[in-house]
Amino acid sequence: MLLSTKNILSTKELTKQDIQQILDTADSFKEISTRAIKKVPTLRGKTIINLFFEPSTRTRTSFEIAGKRMSADVINISGSTSSSVKGENLIDTARNLEAMNPDILVVRHHCSGAPALLSQFIDSPIINAGDGSHEHPSQALLDLLTIRSHKGDLAGLKVVIVGDISHSRVARSNIRAMQTMGMKVRVVGPPPLIPPDFESLGVEVSHNLREAVRDVDVVMVLRIQMERQNQGLLSSLREYSNYFCLTSESLAKARDDVLIIHPGPVNRGVEISLDVMESPRSLILNQVTSGVSIRMALFYLLLGENNANPN
Amino acid sequence: MQTLIKNGWVIDPANMIDGSFDILISDGKIEAVVPHGKISASKIKGAEVINAKGCVVAPGFCDMHVHFREPGHEYKETIETGSASAAAGGFSSVAVMPNTSPVNDNRSVTELILSQAKKTGLVNIYPIGAITKGLKGETLSDMGELKESGCIGYSDDGKPVMDSELMRRALEYSRMFDLPCIQHSEILDLTRGGCMNEGVVSTELGLKGMPVEAEDIMVFRDICLLRKTGGRLHVAHISSGGAVDLVRQAKAKGLPVTCEVAPHHFTLTEEACRNYDTNAKMSPPLRTNEDIDMIKEGIRDGTIDIIATDHAPHDLADKQVEFDNACFGIVGLETALPLTLKLVDEKVITLQKAVDLLTHQPCRIFNLDKGTLGIGKDADVVIFNPNTKFTIEPEKFKSRSKNSPYKGWQVRGKVLHTLVAGRSVYSDQNE
Repeated sequence: MLLSTKNILSTKELTKQDIQQILDTADSFKEISTRAIKKVPTLRGKTIINLFFEPSTRTRTSFEIAGKRMSADVINISGSTSSSVKGENLIDTARNLEAMNPDILVVRHHCSGAPALLSQFIDSPIINAGDGSHEHPSQALLDLLTIRSHKGDLAGLKVVIVGDISHSRVARSNIRAMQTMGMKVRVVGPPPLIPPDFESLGVEVSHNLREAVRDVDVVMVLRIQMERQNQGLLSSLREYSNYFCLTSESLAKARDDVLIIHPGPVNRGVEISLDVMESPRSLILNQVTSGVSIRMALFYLLLGENNANPN
Repeated sequence: MQTLIKNGWVIDPANMIDGSFDILISDGKIEAVVPHGKISASKIKGAEVINAKGCVVAPGFCDMHVHFREPGHEYKETIETGSASAAAGGFSSVAVMPNTSPVNDNRSVTELILSQAKKTGLVNIYPIGAITKGLKGETLSDMGELKESGCIGYSDDGKPVMDSELMRRALEYSRMFDLPCIQHSEILDLTRGGCMNEGVVSTELGLKGMPVEAEDIMVFRDICLLRKTGGRLHVAHISSGGAVDLVRQAKAKGLPVTCEVAPHHFTLTEEACRNYDTNAKMSPPLRTNEDIDMIKEGIRDGTIDIIATDHAPHDLADKQVEFDNACFGIVGLETALPLTLKLVDEKVITLQKAVDLLTHQPCRIFNLDKGTLGIGKDADVVIFNPNTKFTIEPEKFKSRSKNSPYKGWQVRGKVLHTLVAGRSVYSDQNE
């Protein structure tokens, strides 16, 4: 069965069947990463280009490893090495890359909508690896995979997302994907970091962390960007932490089996305390492992299913 | 040299004419407007005849807000291509904004614009001079010199005059010249980095919003200043329902404030930005259905004085980019008539009022002896068929730029002829 979409631009475009299929496929690929020889020939002869206009370690490496474990050739191009510094337009850059016949473009860009723009000019499938404050679909999928592997079923689960909701592509991708899977989402943070219209997305809005974690199955903590302070959106990181840092104290009313996730990179002690981060209910490193499987699944479903066998 | 326009339905709000009349043009001037068939045959011997059967004959439209990009950005538009676009849209007079390069803040630039306009010889071009030198918002331009060299108003359009003290002085000083100060109303502190209306859609798209309050606060500030200074304030491209209310209240108090609306602000909402369509990126941004309702009410009750297009040509290099990086604005001259006629379809206004908003009213605000079919006046005339249906095809625009969100729209209202001083500057038959 193929996905309903040619590109992975946002989780909004994914159906429940798509998401289920991606998660099931990722599950079946998990084992590959535990082998002594972590490589299958599935995507041999395929070329994947990671086109990153924004710094990234985790996501770029994860896509690269995923491609390589499936025997694809993976090329990394970063904003600073690309022609964009010479003033080349995004579309021209992508068209030039396309002229070299890649099979997939993985794009990260600081502007919301940049991958959607490219998809109008590029025939190869595009995976959005994070665009501005818009979406980061593979992150949401790996979060769901992580949650599902601990909870079994996603439907009916309650999640609270904590932090800078306004600027978070992770939050937007997760909200849409989680709602599609029948989960309930609440967001919590200071009002300047939650857009006034956010309830229109069908989420509950709270400004009280201690209360907001009370009945949830999962707490997702977002990274707080230091520059928000200069933009006048935060008084200080110190005060932010007083109200919104996830600590054992702020988790006092949470359920014992609550899961803690964070897309990384973590500001230790700012949005999450060290002890919570390292407690058994924290799945932060499991997420990173899930990330490789999810990206293998995306490559496979966009490219390989017709001409290869995962084993 | 005579032209007879016969069999048409004449709408000339300046002279309260609305009926079946024939118009005789002699040597570029209106010689007679008489009930159909009443002009004696001897008088019109040898006249060129335009049969306007089934059409409306009106004064050529007057757009008091266009950007023709010359000098400086001729790759987007020139005075020649902009004039051709105006003529094709039924406009015989346009006022060009000063945000050229160099800025029109002194006599030499004004004179260059007027000399290029004369060379082009299509439509009447009226320059608007900058309120502040270089549009920098620091010092007042020489408003007297600008008026003497041909400017008909002052504006820093594209940018607001943020400094309240400077705006106060601009309103005060411009009184001496009896020309309006045209404000692009936007508190920049609230819109920094923004690229569309702040609301549901910007939230979903992850784009930085420009809250409607940025417009309301600036309109309110300027009205407060106006109460103190006198002078004349013209609010450009009003897009906020709240701002319409503020103008209504100010008018009720007798303050000398006027305002304009662009067709896109009563035909499109922020929804048009979905899919990151950069042709829906403009400033002020497309707002919401509630704003459109309040704007229509403002048009209906006369709070909104005129329709102006804010014709803002941009080429593909400035539009076929990330939404954040795209230029603001759309071309408007060649879609203004059919979009305005939608208001007639929706019974917001009558056809007569629609013509009024595009002819007599703008000329009243800007003291132009245009927008009329009065005897002895320049024969600037548009002939359009309000019922002809067509599909908007930006690639066929006369404008050098094609940045329009209306591609593919089925509309009605087609310009057949545009005359300036009796001379045909556009004819549908030549297309």
